[in-house]
Amino acid sequence: MSKHTFSIGGVHPHDNKISRDCPIRPLPLPPTVYLAMSQHIGAPAKPVVAVGDKVNVGQVVAEPGGFVSAFIHSSVSGTVKSIGPRKDLAGNPVTCVEIAVEGDEWDESIDRSEDLVTAIPSDNKAIIEKIRLGGVVGLGGATFPTHVKLMPPPGSKCERVIINGCECEPYLTSDFRTLLEKGEQVVVGAAILRQVMGNVPCTIAIEENKPEAIVHIREVIAKLGYEGIEVMSMKMRYPQGGEKQLIDAVMGRQVGSGALPISVGAVVQNVATALAVYDAVQKNKPIIDNSVTVTGGCLPEQANLLVRVGTPLQMILDAVGGVPESAAKIISGGPMMGKAVVNLEAATVKGTGALLLLTEAETRRGSASACIRCGKCADACPMGLEPFLLNRLCKAGDLEALEANAIQDCIECGCCLYSCPANIPLLDNIRLGKGAVLGAIRARAVAAKAAAEAAKQ
Amino acid sequence: MGKLIISPSPHIHSKDSTRSLMLDVVIALLPAVLVSFVFYGWREILLMAVSIASCLLLEWSITRYLLKKPSTIGDLSAVVTGILLALNVPYTTPWWVLVIGAVVAMGIAKMTFGGLGQNIWNPALVGRVFLLVSFPTYMTTWSQPQGLFGADAVTGPTPLGAVQEGLMSGASVQDIMATQGYDYATLLYANIGGSAGELCALALLAGFVYLCCRRVIKPWITLSIFATVALTALIFWGINPDRFTGPVFNLLTGGLVLGACFMATDYVTSPMSVWGGVIFGVGIGLLTMMIRYFGSYPEGVSFAILIMNSFVPLLNMAFKQKKFGRK
Repeated sequence: MSKHTFSIGGVHPHDNKISRDCPIRPLPLPPTVYLAMSQHIGAPAKPVVAVGDKVNVGQVVAEPGGFVSAFIHSSVSGTVKSIGPRKDLAGNPVTCVEIAVEGDEWDESIDRSEDLVTAIPSDNKAIIEKIRLGGVVGLGGATFPTHVKLMPPPGSKCERVIINGCECEPYLTSDFRTLLEKGEQVVVGAAILRQVMGNVPCTIAIEENKPEAIVHIREVIAKLGYEGIEVMSMKMRYPQGGEKQLIDAVMGRQVGSGALPISVGAVVQNVATALAVYDAVQKNKPIIDNSVTVTGGCLPEQANLLVRVGTPLQMILDAVGGVPESAAKIISGGPMMGKAVVNLEAATVKGTGALLLLTEAETRRGSASACIRCGKCADACPMGLEPFLLNRLCKAGDLEALEANAIQDCIECGCCLYSCPANIPLLDNIRLGKGAVLGAIRARAVAAKAAAEAAKQ
Repeated sequence: MGKLIISPSPHIHSKDSTRSLMLDVVIALLPAVLVSFVFYGWREILLMAVSIASCLLLEWSITRYLLKKPSTIGDLSAVVTGILLALNVPYTTPWWVLVIGAVVAMGIAKMTFGGLGQNIWNPALVGRVFLLVSFPTYMTTWSQPQGLFGADAVTGPTPLGAVQEGLMSGASVQDIMATQGYDYATLLYANIGGSAGELCALALLAGFVYLCCRRVIKPWITLSIFATVALTALIFWGINPDRFTGPVFNLLTGGLVLGACFMATDYVTSPMSVWGGVIFGVGIGLLTMMIRYFGSYPEGVSFAILIMNSFVPLLNMAFKQKKFGRK
């Protein structure tokens, strides 16, 4: 039993990795893809193509709309049909570039061979530029532009790169399959990342419910002869893959409230991101596809699919036989933090890691009853908060007390609501309160800035 | 495919519910209940039934007719209170006394405060103490176990009562123990005289182990009570074994095991944090021993738990989990 884990809270949901033995297979090309202009954190990208343009796979269709933003590349070859708002999976309109697929012509600069390229360029600036041009964003969930994360602010120093292979959410297996099938590429990607950060040590963290992956990656590291990269076997516990929790688990350091991981010397990248870094730097291949776990006990077959970015969700579900009658909820992502899908016409984005189908029995939340003060929510909270108290303060609308009780530290992992025996909608209420408190904090910062400006004049 | 459910994460839920947790407590109490049935016979079965039925009926009628809210008896917390109340009185108690106890426990101690989760004091203990003060004759006339198929009852004192009476008449602890024929083995699996829940420490401990294994209760409250009682008794007994009873005797008598395992660990009326729980337990242990050694009542567990219940809000405020990444 591995002892490495984070120090506060956490829960142990059944891991349900029922798709773990399904190799990643490519999904046939969709007839049309829809590329959303905001599929990363930060400013939306600006389209650089016009209706009627012919595009190839890997060709830029949109460029960053700001410093924290990312390139978006065509995931197919064909003709741009339209550029305009389209509903995303939650039903919110997002600007999308619609491309009708014709053939599968790839941009010539992309190295499509299967050969492993281990020679890492020596110029770190050039590497970061390649990552930026490849449209690489964090694929662990937050989709934060990777090149921004690799350029720490002056004065801060990276001491360790952590590759997050925990995949602590139940059901998800795409990172696990990637580790098994593309282990070499992931390890080279990790080597690139640690070189960029100043040849710091690198830890690949994998939970112990994936022993094959742990063994395989250790073998790959030995085979490639890399020094400074190690595999750490982690105790199974949710939310181990949360950035702050993982840094705590691997380095024993706690990132302060509101601070960035780099403040304790850590840079965390997901397994899929490490693979995307390898592709961008060694193969000139931008993010045009990603692996998506399609799973659920109600599905006749499980799958891990390599899906072109912008594929309509309905098409992915059709590939596993369509949505069964018993499915009551479709979730993009894992069962703890994923989003319920409203609109099956919506298309995948770079960060889409899974489609999970749950039956009503699997997902039903009982009706809320009185709090019995069991303290299970407080025991489960990985941030050391008191969800029962925050819930009450949210209902009372006491923003000052909410801030004093650190509601803004909530990472929305869902442990409190998961463990509440009275089914009190703790996180639902806390999300609302957190939004209000963050708004108040921002308003205060703006007011303080304005006051400082006024004092100067 | 029908309509899809749209709701925020998390999309899965642990299997625990208030009802399942209460059901676990009922299961954990079963060994003790069965032992009391075997030892005390039909009368105990009747008392248990009256107690559970009164608690359920009171909660149901109060929610239904006074609060005009959906009934909450499905969460089984009233069943737990009913069982605990019945285990807390001698089996010779008239059934109507238990009905009064249930009225106090459910009506005053629980529902007046707003029902499950809102009460400050453990309802079953409030009921018990009310009966102890109001009907001392019934509550302190203990009878020797007669058994499910046994002969007539023989009246006798509880071990703690015998010791206190003996001490008042000038005898030493050793003399009393010898006259009453107490040895530790008897106390462990078949206590002699007392309320149903004091009967068999082993049955109660089996339930406690079950609750810990099922992660229903936090062991540190119970363990700190045991440790404090043992340590306090050891010190006093070490100083004067003629005047003070010893640690094992104190651990196994007077409902300490029942109180420490099932009453002090009640979620609603115990602190949430580890250290809050430890201090809560130490307080209960110390108060129990002070009442036993120096008080006018032979037994102090109920009072000790109720007094410490009052400190729970303060303990919850004073001992909090350290927040991640904050000083």
